[in-house]
Amino acid sequence: MPSDSALRIVWIYPDLLSTYGDQGNVLVLERRARLRGIDTETVHVRSADPVPETGDLYLIGGGEDRPQILAAERLRRDGGLHRAIAGGAVLLAVCAGYQIMGSTFGGEEGQPVDGIGLLDISSSRGPARAVGELVAEVDAALNLPTLTGFENHMGVTHLGPGVKPLSKTLVGIGNGDGFEGCYTGHVVGTYLHGPALARNPALADLLLSWCAGDLAPLDDSRYEALRQERLAAVLPD
Amino acid sequence: MTQLPLRAQLASALGRSAATLSRMTGRGDGSVIGGRVGLLLEPDLLRKLARDRKLALISATNGKTTTTRLVTSALLELGEVATNAFGANMPAGHVSALSQHKGAPYGVLEVDEKYLPEVLDTTGAGVVCLMNLSRDQMDRAAEIWLLAQKWRRALSGKPTHVIANCDDPLVTWGASTAAKVTWVAGGQRWKEDSWCCPECGGPLDRKDADWACRECTFHRPEPQWAVDDDVAIDPNGERWLLDIQLPGAANRSNAVMALAVADAFGVPVERALPRLREVTSVAGRYTTVERDGRYARLLLSKNPAGWLEAFDVADPQLPIILAVNAQGPDGRDTSWLWDVDYRILRGRPVFVTGQRRLDLALRLDVADVPFMLCDTFNEALAMQPPGRVDVIANYTAFQQIRSEFGRAV
Repeated sequence: MPSDSALRIVWIYPDLLSTYGDQGNVLVLERRARLRGIDTETVHVRSADPVPETGDLYLIGGGEDRPQILAAERLRRDGGLHRAIAGGAVLLAVCAGYQIMGSTFGGEEGQPVDGIGLLDISSSRGPARAVGELVAEVDAALNLPTLTGFENHMGVTHLGPGVKPLSKTLVGIGNGDGFEGCYTGHVVGTYLHGPALARNPALADLLLSWCAGDLAPLDDSRYEALRQERLAAVLPD
Repeated sequence: MTQLPLRAQLASALGRSAATLSRMTGRGDGSVIGGRVGLLLEPDLLRKLARDRKLALISATNGKTTTTRLVTSALLELGEVATNAFGANMPAGHVSALSQHKGAPYGVLEVDEKYLPEVLDTTGAGVVCLMNLSRDQMDRAAEIWLLAQKWRRALSGKPTHVIANCDDPLVTWGASTAAKVTWVAGGQRWKEDSWCCPECGGPLDRKDADWACRECTFHRPEPQWAVDDDVAIDPNGERWLLDIQLPGAANRSNAVMALAVADAFGVPVERALPRLREVTSVAGRYTTVERDGRYARLLLSKNPAGWLEAFDVADPQLPIILAVNAQGPDGRDTSWLWDVDYRILRGRPVFVTGQRRLDLALRLDVADVPFMLCDTFNEALAMQPPGRVDVIANYTAFQQIRSEFGRAV
């Protein structure tokens, strides 16, 4: 039964967009909340169902071109996510889900497809697929350690004045202009899989703190071991 | 049987020499290098080697090597069979396999799912067997909806007889442009890639094994064959106790697919089934290796659907060693570990190794599954009490263990 105090996590369209292990973002958030005594309730919203407006934290992941187009159509028609974000909810949008949040993105043949206009970005199909480890320094205002993750996409994303770059790319392609991802208010978009929040627990905590306020520190040694190994594997000495 | 043109004969012979060298020098089993040399000298070699043979192509995300082996065993009832038994499933491996059995009137070729259209075009194979499609090595593989679309185009307009698993909606869609399809209810354990209709994107309604799109007419075809636990049901409704030695539900499904393929070649169940029961281990899969009184059974598992199948086979009473790498053949992105539900391992002694053990360690930590982290497989094995232990490893981790313990199959 829903309880008033639980953190409500909404995973949008896992039936369409969950191809790249982004379920891990949900699992990491649940785990890190519970370790601090915060109950969580997670709703998996299939694409035939309405997106609830009462969630605290929304997640959407990556996927193939066709499901991406279907997801954009349904989210636009549904309107639930728009209303939730307008009401102050937190959103992490990854890869195909990130592109959908903008005004347009590239379809199966590179044709422009309408996004849902939640973020002031537009994406198109780039010249080559960006596949590999990515490292980026996060915008200083967010006070987060280096981002690490794995990107796998063909998109180039242009940021408008309504958003700020999430990070500056050191290794990898990201948005295609030297930056990776974007954010505005409590909405974060990124190309990173890995999954993003497993590789970057501080980003997970930032999203949680936007919902639940200050958080007690956790033993992050497992996360840190993985982060250091991945960073060492791709950063020059 | 086939009289090859001189150039193709030379290419084929040189390829075999390279394969022999590769084996003698311990570099590999020779099935790829031999074919590469042959293809370099005669690009049309595969077409020429395939001509005048009766071929079956076996493709899927999981179970290709095993099903290829099962079908090969069944077709041995008819005569000599050329096959790429070691999983070299791209055209170089096919050339190598057919070169080594020039007189074989039959061929059973495992085909990488991305190469299926090309290999079907080149070989003109009469029979194609399609078992399942799910997410796999996303950093280098085509995405599976796109892949199924390519299968449709490749099968359209050809006389190919397809044997396909109708419990997998994406396979069904990929196969349904073929002129003739025998549908097999082979089961589907991993469903995370088939909640949406491949035809229109609408939601698929599922009830038990049955499925149908809520928005268009796409639905599960009526199967002619089915697997029911340890029983195969043939098109006449006759029930056959499988009783194969390969473990697990996935292999019982592979066996029924193999029986349907054998039937397409005219081998009846009563002759095919005893042949399937002779198969105990396939290219090292399910082999048990021993060191200092520790008996480790090796299970290969390359993607989330494969891990579900391995969990089905693994003995819950035994400790388990998990080994994960991320080299080229494994896929360099380990994100897929987060699609596997590891909670089933709670309560067993779990040991984690492999080059990407830190990824798996964090994954298990988040799933609240206690484990021991080990630098090497040998270390993990040495920590076991004498007796049996199960091992699940992905591709290169599995091959490393095999090469250390010998490649005896």
